[in-house]
Amino acid sequence: METVNATYSYLTNMEVMQVLQKIKSTKKKFGMRNLATVTYEALQYLEESPCKTQTREGIISYVKDLSNYRLKSHEVLQMVNDPPTSPLHTQLLIDDNKSPLTDEENEKIIQLTYKHFYGVEPTPQPAQAQPQSAAKESKRPEQKQPQPQPPAAPQTEGQTEPEKEKPDEANK
Amino acid sequence: MFVLAELKDTVRIAPDQFNLKLVDAVRDEIDRKLANKVLLNVGLCIALKEIVSLQDSIILPGDGASHTEVLFRYIVFRPMVGTVMTGKIRNCSREGVHVTLGFFDDILIPHAALQHPSRFDEAEQAWVWEYPLEDGAKHDLFMDVGEPIKFRVSREIFEETSPVGPPKTDAQSTQGPSTSTAAATAAQETKTPYKIIGAINESGLGVLSWWDQQGKEDDQDDEDNTEYDNDEDGEGACEE
Repeated sequence: METVNATYSYLTNMEVMQVLQKIKSTKKKFGMRNLATVTYEALQYLEESPCKTQTREGIISYVKDLSNYRLKSHEVLQMVNDPPTSPLHTQLLIDDNKSPLTDEENEKIIQLTYKHFYGVEPTPQPAQAQPQSAAKESKRPEQKQPQPQPPAAPQTEGQTEPEKEKPDEANK
Repeated sequence: MFVLAELKDTVRIAPDQFNLKLVDAVRDEIDRKLANKVLLNVGLCIALKEIVSLQDSIILPGDGASHTEVLFRYIVFRPMVGTVMTGKIRNCSREGVHVTLGFFDDILIPHAALQHPSRFDEAEQAWVWEYPLEDGAKHDLFMDVGEPIKFRVSREIFEETSPVGPPKTDAQSTQGPSTSTAAATAAQETKTPYKIIGAINESGLGVLSWWDQQGKEDDQDDEDNTEYDNDEDGEGACEE
């Protein structure tokens, strides 16, 4: 076997998911156990990730909107595969040592996530956060500095989280 | 996380498959050979995306099968170094936290790359992040099996594995070990062909529940409110 080009091009998770779904629906030959195994397991992983609800058009328009922000292509790819939903998340994906993202730019990027991939989050917590934060732009002061937030976040463990969701529902 | 790799190979189609269309027969053969196998310096092969070109099929003396040279593109799992990914914790050992993605198991976060400070709890066989609170106390955040964890890829290691001899145990029979369970667990000497080393020593990385954004809807007193979720009487900050 000869490797002509080990990295001919990059793929978004959504494209891989579509190919695997097509494979899963077509053949069931025997002797193809390895393909079936890896297809099944990879699909399980991908269907739990944000790419489950993405569409080609959604991604294309997301990338177009992101072009305003001087991002490198690998950063854009990471953001498509895992759209950021918080300033901390955005800072993880974008290497902003050379020209740091301002808070407003960070905010706008997060709004783009909600605009293009609305309802993408599989976990219940951020999904609750979405409609509220999309509706009201205000009340963002805590989020501008990533440092104060982490001290609050790790304090809650599994037990207090379900109880936290009930007051949130009431607030809606 | 996935790349498209362009590969070239000569595919042998046995005579009993001559009834199939050449494209389909070739596709199946390639998948049979590559799916779920690691190619050195390429990555974990997942599935065939497309066939670019087929050369003429020839028949070699002494063999009734046809041989066709194929240029094709294969979907390969190979995350770029520096990518942030989410996986599940498989187990913890003294060397660090083992993470799995379901289809790929050999991800290790060595103890030096865990959030600082962390300790290994022998009783629970789990790593614990000792989060220092403002008042000097420490809050233990456990990394339990099955928890989703976000990590950054810091290194990838490809190792050449040679064909194994006659099987001593049942599991050691395949040459290119598939990454789900069997081959890696068999004997200590089995080398993993493709290993990923990760790191979680940045803000935002680690178990997802550590950084959950439950503070978004709450107002200013977010940090104080977290203590009072169990507060049923509504006494708030009063301590009696």
